[in-house]
Amino acid sequence: MLSVLGVFLAAVLYFVAQKFKVYEDPRIDEVGAVLPGGNCGGCGLPGCRAFAECCVQAESLDELFCPVGGNALMASVAQILGRTAVEKTPTLAVLRCGGSCEKRESTNQYDGMASCMVAASLYGGSTACRYGCLMLGDCVRVCTFGALHMDSQTGLPVVDEPLCTGCGACVKACPKVLFELRNVGPKGRRLYVNCQNKDKGAVARKACQAACIGCGKCVKVCTFNAIALENNLAYIDFHTCKLCRKCVPECPTGAIVEVNFPPKKAVDATPQPINHSVNS
Amino acid sequence: MSKTFSVGGIHPHDNKISANQAIENLPLPAVAYISMAQHIGAPAEPVVGKGDYVQVGQIIGKASGFISANIHASVSGVVKSVEPYPNPLGNKSMTVIIDVQGDEWMEGIDQSAELVGDINLSGPEIVKKIAEGGVVGLGGATFPTHVKLSPPPDKKAECLVLNGAECEPFLTSDHRLMLEKGAEIVVGTQLMMRALGVQKGYIGIEENKPDAIRHLSKLVKQHSGIEIVSLKKRYPQGGEKQLIEAVVKRQVPSMGLPIDIGVVVQNVGTALAVYEAVQKNKPLVEKVVTLTGRSLLNQRNFRVRIGAPLSELIAAVGGLPEDTVKVVLGGPMMGESALHLEAPVLKGSSAVLFLSEQETKRLPQSACIRCSKCIEACPMGLEPYLLYKYGLSNCVEELEQNHVYDCMICGCCMYTCPAYLPLLDMMRFSRNQVLAIMKNRPKN
Repeated sequence: MLSVLGVFLAAVLYFVAQKFKVYEDPRIDEVGAVLPGGNCGGCGLPGCRAFAECCVQAESLDELFCPVGGNALMASVAQILGRTAVEKTPTLAVLRCGGSCEKRESTNQYDGMASCMVAASLYGGSTACRYGCLMLGDCVRVCTFGALHMDSQTGLPVVDEPLCTGCGACVKACPKVLFELRNVGPKGRRLYVNCQNKDKGAVARKACQAACIGCGKCVKVCTFNAIALENNLAYIDFHTCKLCRKCVPECPTGAIVEVNFPPKKAVDATPQPINHSVNS
Repeated sequence: MSKTFSVGGIHPHDNKISANQAIENLPLPAVAYISMAQHIGAPAEPVVGKGDYVQVGQIIGKASGFISANIHASVSGVVKSVEPYPNPLGNKSMTVIIDVQGDEWMEGIDQSAELVGDINLSGPEIVKKIAEGGVVGLGGATFPTHVKLSPPPDKKAECLVLNGAECEPFLTSDHRLMLEKGAEIVVGTQLMMRALGVQKGYIGIEENKPDAIRHLSKLVKQHSGIEIVSLKKRYPQGGEKQLIEAVVKRQVPSMGLPIDIGVVVQNVGTALAVYEAVQKNKPLVEKVVTLTGRSLLNQRNFRVRIGAPLSELIAAVGGLPEDTVKVVLGGPMMGESALHLEAPVLKGSSAVLFLSEQETKRLPQSACIRCSKCIEACPMGLEPYLLYKYGLSNCVEELEQNHVYDCMICGCCMYTCPAYLPLLDMMRFSRNQVLAIMKNRPKN
């Protein structure tokens, strides 16, 4: 009796399953398999599965890009789908605030909830600079790839370059919008203004020793017109910047930062050989 | 029989240490920092420039837009500069900085203490004078008074409720005003009742101020329309919605305004400012500020010129008490701590409170134990613990469904929380976030 019932129900289930079958493009799973699976949202879609569905359904891959996997991943996605992917230059997150504990004097103590978003909604910040890092680490908490940590010496978050995928989660999480996705650059070499302070020079300088004071020296020295000065703040456009580094020594506050460059040739480093001889 | 509101509320120790200190005039400051953004709404437009000589009561900032208020010079002297200057919270607003010279008032301002009780003006004329005088709600919210007194044509006010509850611990400025300027407050109430065209006015006072209740009851005997209502001591009785419920037994709907149920609420300090603006031609240039704190030796209630830096107030009571770690503008529950002591007194500042480390220290937080104390305490009937959890995971839709926008940031939830969770911080942030989303949502 039971076995008859079992066979009957199995038949019912079979027909129901056939009747209500949902067709799913097998390519979605194929694309999903090559995606990183971090569900970071860097592509602008809610998770990797959604990105895979979108890739399969979209007519072209022009608007779609997974910043985590980069060009290599997009090429394999394009191969699966038989389309072409657009090449994009890889980016990574750059913190544009140099106001470490020693450069930026604290004017008050915040003892509220340990969240940058909450602190920013309450007041101007624990230093005289209203634009600077609040040092409460919202960016570290949102990073799915563990590419950010707070430096206990400077109080600022540090981007771990090899781990950063440029997904942009920290850009959205920072209430002061201090992070920017910038080109990784040739051999990882980058040049940027490490400040977001839009106050007038004297005010900015008083608030933070590392602030851009909007003096415009870097703009004058730049031969490629890559630096723009707006609201008392210089900005280096990484598309036009040729990384000549002429602006770096010009900056009176050292707000222009160079990353991953080889040390400069000993043209202006005259004291060094003397030290050397004394030591040896 | 004292009345009160029905839902939530807490009973903090009231600490009214400065209640017996009569109001004194603070000496003129050397420099006044008069901000153009001292009210809710659009900041005023500065109409003076560097080097101009101004007199007390002269308009230096013109109201821009419907919800905005005029700003007047509170001192006489030369304008040093007009520049962005950080307010007590560290946010910069356009500020007229005046080097004080002498004390010369504009012509036509009646500075005498004589009571002018006869009301000769019509309603619209009163509202116009209030608008010219730059009067804003002095209970702390600083909503322009003339806007509140001109309800939209489809809504009709039925009664005026005056807020003398002063439910925040420590504050005594309204209490002193009711005792010393009671007659003026009654005239101010009549003026606002005429402006609104209502026959009934109530003054709600908490029963921890029996002298004020007695004094005002005596004064309103000859005025049939005004009634003094004794209220039980309970925080946040001075909240607009709570006060209305306590006094006239009506509830303001969610997202609604008191005018929706025919009530307008004003603070007793505002009533005095209205009296001065209308009967004495004196714009809002002074403010009574309580200087208090458990470890402060000289408790004071000062009449301060708006724009005087906090440092001058503190010097007048003999400097900061040694154990002070936090200077709060307003009461301990809803006041905001000052970021720097060169910040000016604003129209909405009711007190300068000095708190010690022991009083302000946050204890280490632990997990929510679902004791529901916060739900019992919330005067708006919200579930703070739930909103906190939604807020942490940024569930904006759920926050909206659970009426986070009704939160009035009174802090009752955090006051009762045995796990010391930062409920208030999260609620304030979520509320502002949700309100901003709702405001920007396209209307169908």
